[in-house]
Amino acid sequence: MFAPAENRTIITAGALSLGGIVLFVCLAVAALLLASGDFGKGTLFDAYIWRVTRFTLLQATLSTLLSVVLAIPIARALARRSAFPGRVWVLRLMALPLGLPVLVGALGLIEIWGRQGVLNTALAELGLQQPVSIYGLFGILLAHVFFNMPLVARLFLSGLERIPPEYWRTSANLGMPPGAVFRFVEWPVLRGLLPGAAGLVFMLCATSFTLVLTLGGGPAASTIEVAIYQALRFDFDPQRAIALSALQIAMTGVLLLILARLATEPAEGATGGGAARRYDTGSGWSQVFDAGWILFALLFIGAPLITVLASGLSADLVKLAGDPTVHRALITSIVIAVLSALLCVTIAAAMIRAGGTVTARRHVPTLAKAFAGTITASTSLVLLVPPVVLGAGWFLLLRPFGDVARFAPAIVVAINALMALPFVHRILAPAMATHAARTDRLTASLGIRGFHRLRWIDLPPLRKPLLMAASFAMALSLGDLGAVALFGSQDMVTLPWLLYSRMGSYRTTDAAGLALFLGLLCLIFTMLGTAGDRRMPEGRNA
Amino acid sequence: MISKAAVELAGVDIRYDTTALHFDCVVPPGGIVAVAGASGSGKSTLFHVIAGFEQPDSGEVRILGEAMSGRAPSERPVSVVFQDNNLFAHLDVVTNVGFGISPSLRLSTADRGRIDDALHRVGLDGFGKRLPSTLSGGERQRVALARALVRHRPLLLLDEPFAALDPGMRSGMRVLLRDLHRQEMNTILLITHHPDDVRALADSVLFLDRGRIIAHDPVERFLNRRDVAAINDFLGNGDAA
Repeated sequence: MFAPAENRTIITAGALSLGGIVLFVCLAVAALLLASGDFGKGTLFDAYIWRVTRFTLLQATLSTLLSVVLAIPIARALARRSAFPGRVWVLRLMALPLGLPVLVGALGLIEIWGRQGVLNTALAELGLQQPVSIYGLFGILLAHVFFNMPLVARLFLSGLERIPPEYWRTSANLGMPPGAVFRFVEWPVLRGLLPGAAGLVFMLCATSFTLVLTLGGGPAASTIEVAIYQALRFDFDPQRAIALSALQIAMTGVLLLILARLATEPAEGATGGGAARRYDTGSGWSQVFDAGWILFALLFIGAPLITVLASGLSADLVKLAGDPTVHRALITSIVIAVLSALLCVTIAAAMIRAGGTVTARRHVPTLAKAFAGTITASTSLVLLVPPVVLGAGWFLLLRPFGDVARFAPAIVVAINALMALPFVHRILAPAMATHAARTDRLTASLGIRGFHRLRWIDLPPLRKPLLMAASFAMALSLGDLGAVALFGSQDMVTLPWLLYSRMGSYRTTDAAGLALFLGLLCLIFTMLGTAGDRRMPEGRNA
Repeated sequence: MISKAAVELAGVDIRYDTTALHFDCVVPPGGIVAVAGASGSGKSTLFHVIAGFEQPDSGEVRILGEAMSGRAPSERPVSVVFQDNNLFAHLDVVTNVGFGISPSLRLSTADRGRIDDALHRVGLDGFGKRLPSTLSGGERQRVALARALVRHRPLLLLDEPFAALDPGMRSGMRVLLRDLHRQEMNTILLITHHPDDVRALADSVLFLDRGRIIAHDPVERFLNRRDVAAINDFLGNGDAA
């Protein structure tokens, strides 16, 4: 950090990574914008596009509202009941949707809420004919709540657990009733977290692809991302894809700006330390109320997972395990996941280190500040230009060079790496900053540099966050359907794509078995990376 | 023969956004110099300039007569012991000391003997395989001192090395430092907030106030000064000024 030659190497590596990302995204966007000379001549005002946009915003708003409204009582119940047997398992269960491939979660929900699902079968036995349909707006909302409500509840819970213990003692000493405790102690914390959490969920739902493709997809229930995919893959209408992509970028741009303004940390009260013991847990009604919400969370999140497990186990797993197509898909998925995770972690680490190096000086030049700022912003580029839009751009860009499928592996790896970048950055940046603060001066003073620094000083303490970041990136890539949906072919089939195909051809038993394989694989990757560490990144694109 | 100054700061300017520091001083070789002053007076910045962690905006730093401009921290004839984070927490004591001999940890049998000897000199026989987390604050600082010993640099900068230690450990470390200095005959610059450290260890005192060195006195003279309010505050002389 203090040796000029080493600094140059670090900054060059970061600049190259940044340049690669910007080039990859800009080329895709430029390809979209340049692909059609007629762009803008009425296409944007097409009734279909406006309908898709309206639906995108409607489902995102309702999904956010439901996720947040349900998360509040669940988080409160878990915060108040801090010591019941099995609480840690409830919390682990609530972390599961985060690492679960979206398609597997969707399959679990179909098993419960679908036409032949557990719920509809039970209702039919009660004499009701097809009372619930998982397909369309209801299913999309249900799935978005399944994936995002636990995330919001965990965010709220961690906020509630940070409330200083003195607040609980004071409220008990003053004899505050539960309503007053909520209004004056809990709500101020939740209110501080609410805009950021709601904004994040809204963003995830507005850019949702796989769930909408699986549970919606028809003209009446399609989001912009799905419409882009359909325009390219089925309608062969690049112009429409371009218009939709431009709309998507504009919408996500506005959302990101709003999100950046909303995401404020609540002020933390001063505390004398010590574990927070709550005194408002005694009344019988509050116990019933809390138990009810915790049970609801358990059933809502746990039931689809159990059905995935049960259906998966009832499939002919031996036959599936011996199927060459499954072998190929499994190997392809793992290779893509490993490569994209390596790429993602390498460029994230290079950029974080470069950003830290240029801003470590006493006088930080404007150019260096801009460089560091661009590095941070670039890790979120995939939120501005979602995978399907990137895929669409590269699809158009590569078309003149022959069969697009030839380039599929490289593009899918790059898109998956980019997709994981915001989360990997979120895991690595604080760990690397703390490590640098602890070791930079000492290593500079002792002259420990280059490979020796990496081997002796950096890798051992950073192994855990690096492994966690890599495992999360792998799990994300393993479960991805977005990039591979555009580029997938007979030569490149991944597990999610195979699962989606089997679901589409009504080979549901096979699909259940594949879902079990995929779910377990992701779980193994996530567990490998998070062994002994309770921190998890927040938010993923459903 | 006139020996070269251990440290010479000639018109050194450091400018921050809201404040500016200016250092001019000559530290003769061989003594223990206490660097004192209120928080924010510029003591750590002074150390960072000498050690090479900060580049001056103007002026020159010379160590043993050699200009240090453009030389990386590890290329300067300086060892540094920080207030904390002196040791790599995931590496054992021997490895931490070993970096003082070879930054790539290529250690010969003779080198390992030197490490054992250094640990013996700081009173840590048999601690080689221990991890820093199993050591007390005083023991950790002794390991850092052992590493400084094997580096054999003529200038040792100690940035509040006793800050986190209880009074008993402080006293033990002072004795150890005095002994080591007697054996090594190096120059030690020691940042401290404690007049007791000055009385027990220092041959002279550099006193800083608001980014300037306002006094550079032999210790007896410094301890008897009553003419500067900041020094009186430091020495606990009440309103003598």
